[in-house]
Amino acid sequence: MAKVLMKGNEAIAEAAVRAGCRNYFAYPITPQSEVAEYLSRRLPEVGGVFLQGESEVAVSYMIFGAAATGERVFTTSSSPGISLMSEGISYIAAAELPCVFVNIMRGGPGLGGILPSQADYFQAVKGGGHGDYRLLVLAPASVQEAVEMMMEAFPLAEKYRNPVMILGDGLIGQMMEPVEFRDDLNTEPAPADDWATSGMDRRGRDRRNLIRTLYLVPSELNAHNLKLKAKYDRMRREEVRWENYAVDPSIRLLLVSYGTMSRVCRTAIDRLREEGLAVGMVRPKTLFPFPREAVLAAARQGEVRAVLSVEMSMGQLVEDVEWSVRGVRPVFWFGKCGGEVPTPEEVMAEARRILRESE
Amino acid sequence: MGKTFRRPQALAETPTHYCPGCTHGIAHRLVAEVIDELGIRGRTVGIAPVGCAVLCYNYFTFDFIEAAHGRAPAIATGLKRVRPDLVVFTYQGDGDLASIGMSEIVHAANRGEKFVTVFINNAVYGMTGGQMAPTTLPDQRTTTSPFGRKVAQTGMPVKMAELLAALETPGYIVREALIRPKYIQRAKKAIRNAFSYQLENRCFSLVELISTCPTNWGMTPIEALSWAEEKMLPYYPLGVFKSPEGGRPAPGAAERSADAA
Repeated sequence: MAKVLMKGNEAIAEAAVRAGCRNYFAYPITPQSEVAEYLSRRLPEVGGVFLQGESEVAVSYMIFGAAATGERVFTTSSSPGISLMSEGISYIAAAELPCVFVNIMRGGPGLGGILPSQADYFQAVKGGGHGDYRLLVLAPASVQEAVEMMMEAFPLAEKYRNPVMILGDGLIGQMMEPVEFRDDLNTEPAPADDWATSGMDRRGRDRRNLIRTLYLVPSELNAHNLKLKAKYDRMRREEVRWENYAVDPSIRLLLVSYGTMSRVCRTAIDRLREEGLAVGMVRPKTLFPFPREAVLAAARQGEVRAVLSVEMSMGQLVEDVEWSVRGVRPVFWFGKCGGEVPTPEEVMAEARRILRESE
Repeated sequence: MGKTFRRPQALAETPTHYCPGCTHGIAHRLVAEVIDELGIRGRTVGIAPVGCAVLCYNYFTFDFIEAAHGRAPAIATGLKRVRPDLVVFTYQGDGDLASIGMSEIVHAANRGEKFVTVFINNAVYGMTGGQMAPTTLPDQRTTTSPFGRKVAQTGMPVKMAELLAALETPGYIVREALIRPKYIQRAKKAIRNAFSYQLENRCFSLVELISTCPTNWGMTPIEALSWAEEKMLPYYPLGVFKSPEGGRPAPGAAERSADAA
């Protein structure tokens, strides 16, 4: 299929439809309301369900109810909205329901601002809601990658019976780029008869399904959490994704960055290399599971003097970088937030400073 | 002569966890009887609340979901929108529905979602140990209103049926009681009407059921029935507040229908 020029938010919406998702519930919030606007026209064309809920809290439970039928469903929101949905996300993870949440991040905390940010890193990868659960978190760096991750998110959610989060910043949602939609995907939801509350008649057996999250017997709750943990451990084994950029044996400084921020870093790396400074980058494409071994392997190379986390947040990604590097190399943080995106020049200046002080 | 009174197929054969004198069991049975009579067990999905009825799925023999506190109407919305062929009902108490879940129930009713809500009003939080609910009567003593509910501080009890009946969207809004056989018969009819409206894809239905909580009221089951009749019914009149045929009845109509009963 030919490439088309699309705004990130609309491309994400179309990708979900192409992936066979026919159900979308949402509440408007800047900077991602175009997804709802697009789908309010698009879903009726394909016989799908579009509903604007009364709040993000309600929407998260509409997702719960829809996912409980075994059909594909997703929602999109932005930071304050994801905070409100986090209650429902905890229940959905506990109930092991497959669905997709998209967070087009804006600045926080509180109302923060409406411009791009990566300040919800902890919320996405460390929990957000209560209890021991994890989301599988995918972080696109371009509109094309957002489309691909969106289409991949549904089968992944079904494979693990777990919510998947697409974590993009406001730039991904708002910028226009050429995109191409794959048409070779299996768009059928995975069989759900063993667990979905789809009605006994539909399943043709007189055994009811029950979806619950309450385990009053301590040993049962422990067993439930061990089962969830085994699933998250399997994600750590099977789903870690990253991309190395300019990582070769000569690098003296390793950057770690994701999403739009990583594209600024690529420009900075190209220009630093023109100056003769060997810098490379590991770009996590999954934030949970985090590419811990890839970061460590790149950081361990003989010439590396330091590792620098570059993020649109005040020191969140850097904690996972430090955890990955395990003290093998000094780790630094550089970032801005509130809608201020670090420029290539600022990243270059920080890289030069760290290299100078590390020699 | 054959057996004329038997356990409905939709009701599970299992010991109850509810307290002696609690009316949840009656409500469960009425719902199960209606589901049997309408022959819809194989396409019904129930949604349990948080509260005493959190485990109500143990007593039914069809698909069930356990919701978060107050969120059952949002889950029902998602379920029913995606699968309109399913028969969906929420079963919620007064803390769940009238307090933390006020937003979800009002908006679901206002959207005219085609599901049924069975609303148990016993004027108190049961599961958490008898705290004050939005439905607690003035001067009623609870564990968080030990000197009686002071309306100057906490307002008047919320009348959910009247509140939802005030919405312009068509619906079936009714209040009955589980405290005397004559009321229970009417409650069964209301539940049957509600499920029938759903099968006809007509409207949202709320069946509020005045219930007792002898444990948290500090009464015997018999005293609790009398207290509900003497204290609750004057404030919470029984009757149909709104029906899809008749729109919204004139003010006072509900009281009159209660008197007529």
